[in-house]
Amino acid sequence: MLDSKSLGTVKKSIPERRLFYKEYMGRSIVTICGLFMIALTVSIGAFLIYKGTGTFTRYGHSVFEFLFSAEWSPMDSGTQSGGGVGAAIYIFGSLLTCGIALAIAAPFSLAAAIFITEISPKLGARLIQPAVEIFVGIPSVVYGWVGLTVLVPFIRDTFHAPMGGYSVLAASIVLAVMIFPTITTVAADSIRCVPVMYREAAYGLGSTRWQTIYRVTIPAAAPGIITGIVLGLSRAFGEALAVAMVIGKTRAFPAGLLYPTNNLTAAIAADMGNSADGGEHNLALWSMALLLFLISMLFIMVIHMVSKKQEGVCE
Amino acid sequence: MNTKTMTRHSLRARRMDRIMTGVFYSVGGFFLLLLLVLAGYIMIKGFSDLQPELLSFNKNGIGNQFFNTIYLVFLSLLISVPIGIAAGIYMAEYARPGKTTRFLRVSIEALSSLPSIVVGLFGYLVFILLTGAKWNLMAGAQAVSILSLPLIATTTEDALRALPRSYKEGSVSLGATHWQTIVGVLLPACFPRIITGIILAAGRGFGEAAALLYTAGQSVNINWSNWNLLSPTCPLNPFRPGETLALHIWGMRTEGSLYANSTQIANVSAAVLMLMVFGFSLLARLISRKIDKKTGGQGD
Repeated sequence: MLDSKSLGTVKKSIPERRLFYKEYMGRSIVTICGLFMIALTVSIGAFLIYKGTGTFTRYGHSVFEFLFSAEWSPMDSGTQSGGGVGAAIYIFGSLLTCGIALAIAAPFSLAAAIFITEISPKLGARLIQPAVEIFVGIPSVVYGWVGLTVLVPFIRDTFHAPMGGYSVLAASIVLAVMIFPTITTVAADSIRCVPVMYREAAYGLGSTRWQTIYRVTIPAAAPGIITGIVLGLSRAFGEALAVAMVIGKTRAFPAGLLYPTNNLTAAIAADMGNSADGGEHNLALWSMALLLFLISMLFIMVIHMVSKKQEGVCE
Repeated sequence: MNTKTMTRHSLRARRMDRIMTGVFYSVGGFFLLLLLVLAGYIMIKGFSDLQPELLSFNKNGIGNQFFNTIYLVFLSLLISVPIGIAAGIYMAEYARPGKTTRFLRVSIEALSSLPSIVVGLFGYLVFILLTGAKWNLMAGAQAVSILSLPLIATTTEDALRALPRSYKEGSVSLGATHWQTIVGVLLPACFPRIITGIILAAGRGFGEAAALLYTAGQSVNINWSNWNLLSPTCPLNPFRPGETLALHIWGMRTEGSLYANSTQIANVSAAVLMLMVFGFSLLARLISRKIDKKTGGQGD
């Protein structure tokens, strides 16, 4: 009697128990996955720091030497040390190409963003926006390949550049084409965020469209535009293969825009496979990767600081 | 200020306005032209004097690389889709505002802005050096999944947050638990959006090269009659080296001497890669347009 009774209650509560089981299971699984993202980011950072600081701890080079010396001759046999690990050429190459790329891309992107949002939203939505999305989707190696087969010979033939057209200019143009969609999209979003009231007020005071755009809309959307530019910059900084294809990869400061040089990502991509694990050369390359990581963190911080300012305007 | 200077001023302003409008139109036109020229150039270069042999599935063609590209992205989605969706659910439904959640958000942002070469190096260190394995597809897939995880997670979160509150309220008021609501009501409702995100992630995966340089390897050796999963030449073995199309383009530049027609191979690879990416972004666009139509009446 008693047995069957208790059996009955157990049977009754099984679906309920399974319900709770599923509830907590589901919750735990998604929580673990969420925490996994944190763990992944932290472990990427930790591994990079572990590997990247080897140059300074194990081989005793100073951070100053790494950042500002142009003496790059790391040893690549076992644990031998004594070479120079000055990455100034690579750092300068990255800064220069990204800077020029930004100088080319930023005005164009801003103009395209204004066209999409203010001048002709219809054409913008029909033609420019899809075009921008396609530009985003084109793989970076394809950009590099087109740069290599079109841009490099073009620069060689028109400007008679040394080193057959492999140059800072070619790398900057390739980067500019790559980052323009990023800047355009983010800038357009932020311009759209500016309340219509602002524009109506400007028009009401007798402004022309252009006056409204550069006196009212652009300043109001400035934080978002800056965010877009920083995002573009961070994409340009991290781009490896497209730049490596056209920059020429010479270990020297460029004498001009038409001269080849090298940058951080191209050096890592080209040399990592040829360096002995744990050697001076290898760890110096890891230090470069760490530098890239730190720069991308810096960009995120800048974006956070800037976007805090926009909160008052948007939404 | 008298009326004369006023009119002159406004005349100048109006002329400036017209000039700038012209400038904006020409910038817009310039971009369209640039895209048309770029896409046209790649397609024409790739397919104009195409030898059918280049598309074959052997050493001379790019068929194996094509297969590797799709297989690698498929493997990477197997990893990133479940984890990404789960993390998105966590952020939208369970995460309480606080330090952990803020840190999670920063982590995802950091992941999505990591240079792909850095992710590639991390993959090289963890999946190749630490495991002692040779370059293999699985390592490449894991590296690519690190890159697509943040995209899938944020898409899922945004999609869940965009749903009307009434969905959740209705489900809960019928006696469903939170988890039942998520699985039975919320996820199906934002399924198309999540699919769009996954397609975009896949499209990005096709073109990834820097992250695969030191993970998936730059060689391919497939025997199409070998279906023993453990054999290193079996097409479906995820632990064999697998060069993708994007890597092949990179390789053709440096190892050009190995192939007489390396330029042609790279041109065709670039064109095929572009077609794949176009196809996927078109698909994502179609799906998201369908969603807009479906939710057009009730959105906002």
